[in-house]
Amino acid sequence: MSILEVKNLTKQFGGLTATSDISMGVEKNSITAVIGPNGAGKTTFFNMITAVYRPTSGDILLNGKSLVGLKPHQVSKFGITRTFQNIRLFNEQTVLDNVLVGMHQRLKGHWVGTLLHFPNVKREEENAKIEAYKILEYVGLEEYVNENAGNLAYGAQRRLEIARAIAAKPKVLLLDEPAAGMNPKETQKLTDLIHDMRTRLDVTIILIEHDMKLVMKISDFIYVLDHGELIASGVPEEIRNNKRVIEAYLGKGAVLNG
Amino acid sequence: MLQQIIQILPQVLVDGLTLGFIYAVVAIGYTLVYGILELINFAHGDVFMTGSFIGAGVLFFLMSIGFLSSVPSLIVFIIVILIAALATGFLGVGIERVAYRPLRRRNAPKLIALITSIGISFILEDVVRFIAELKTGNYIITAPSLFKTQYHLNIHSIMPFFHNVTFQASFLVVLVVTVVMLISLDIFVNRTKWGMAMRAVAQDRETASLMSINVNRVISVTFFIGSALGGATGVLFMIQYGTIDPYIGFILGIKAFTAAVLGGIGNIRGAMLGGILLGLMEMFAAANLSTITHGAMGAEYKDVFAFIILILVLIFKPEGLFGKAVVEKV
Repeated sequence: MSILEVKNLTKQFGGLTATSDISMGVEKNSITAVIGPNGAGKTTFFNMITAVYRPTSGDILLNGKSLVGLKPHQVSKFGITRTFQNIRLFNEQTVLDNVLVGMHQRLKGHWVGTLLHFPNVKREEENAKIEAYKILEYVGLEEYVNENAGNLAYGAQRRLEIARAIAAKPKVLLLDEPAAGMNPKETQKLTDLIHDMRTRLDVTIILIEHDMKLVMKISDFIYVLDHGELIASGVPEEIRNNKRVIEAYLGKGAVLNG
Repeated sequence: MLQQIIQILPQVLVDGLTLGFIYAVVAIGYTLVYGILELINFAHGDVFMTGSFIGAGVLFFLMSIGFLSSVPSLIVFIIVILIAALATGFLGVGIERVAYRPLRRRNAPKLIALITSIGISFILEDVVRFIAELKTGNYIITAPSLFKTQYHLNIHSIMPFFHNVTFQASFLVVLVVTVVMLISLDIFVNRTKWGMAMRAVAQDRETASLMSINVNRVISVTFFIGSALGGATGVLFMIQYGTIDPYIGFILGIKAFTAAVLGGIGNIRGAMLGGILLGLMEMFAAANLSTITHGAMGAEYKDVFAFIILILVLIFKPEGLFGKAVVEKV
């Protein structure tokens, strides 16, 4: 059964249609890629799932429950977290604090208890720190615990975004161009990490990515968007040979001459 | 002349610290809200004033039932300050709900919220004045003093170049309470999940909400804490200086805001330091201006002196003492 289901999703900004009538299902515990040329509406699609944008029409279902109309913090509470195409860390805070922010929702301490220093709240905060450190170890950033997030190298910042997102223990993890700007070695490490997260954290991963080598290697299923429309879907092998996909990426001439 | 200045230095220090700590706590209310909403909440000075009146009200009530004579002042004081802090905390949350949140929901420009806060400030002043006049016939209220024991510190006998210092017991109360408030706030903001959430919202509201932080809740908590601290400080003010009126919040608010800017607006430790510095400068000027200018300027020019220093600091460090200079990345 699919964990995330999208039905006839459309988003219009004024007269411009960013995504039009997209329907797809994402299998539980799968790695699904959403690809397409620049401006195809991929990030808009992510933004609708995480409630940054409200869809003009259509529905988004997580385990059969509609997410449309919820606020972003409620969607993440239901179990969808994400990373960003343009890294959006809390640059002035430490690496550890960034992960702790991701855990905010899971800590039960009410703000009144926090103000009055209830012992159970205090214990919870201590445990949270230990857990955050473990997450940092997992993504390989433990040596930068007390560094400000803004001072990290680019690849490390991308991994910190992932750490912050998995700190919320999501059911579905959205990665928006996780390999952008990485060198081949970093990309390899990232590929291993994504694979490992799927099995170890029992999470469903949806990623937007331009690095086709990475996409073909790790995806179970691929959806292709172009000009806001879903033009193809299938396993990597099918997508690789799909005429409409090649056309969308390289232009019509490529298909005729090829 | 220098000798005269040095002689009264210990007294200046005592008076300056009292005022400075009061500025510091009120400044935190400005800086918290600014940090999170980029709003200069001009109503905050009047929340402080409302706190002092609520405190006075509770104190008069306790006195009328004869509570005051049977219980030690310290316990009375703790009851009064807790009630005032709770009441102003909820007042702050209410103001945010009624006046600022609807504007935020409609994406109104920040200027509109600023003007609204000035409006709230006038409303608070007049409501408090109305109630005070209704109850007592006068809007200027002199509260019964709780800690009036005078202490003399005989510094002169140890260090002959200083004069002796005199202070009321209330000075110690102000000092202890404000320091406790400042330290607990610092721990709250830096060590707890709600403090973390506050800092996250201050940096990037949208990302914070995508990380499952309920932004509106965080803003409410911020207003509660800022206003409760402000209200509690109002009680301290009443206890230290005795007389209050509905307009004390205006000037004090502006000075506390100035202190927040001096320390670097949005920075909590900066606001603390800025408040203490401003209080010290003001008291130094009040005590010494007439000596320095050979009588041409009296103590009433103390604000000019304090603000000239402020302007000088900001010319050389426009981001404030603790603020971070904005470096543009290319």
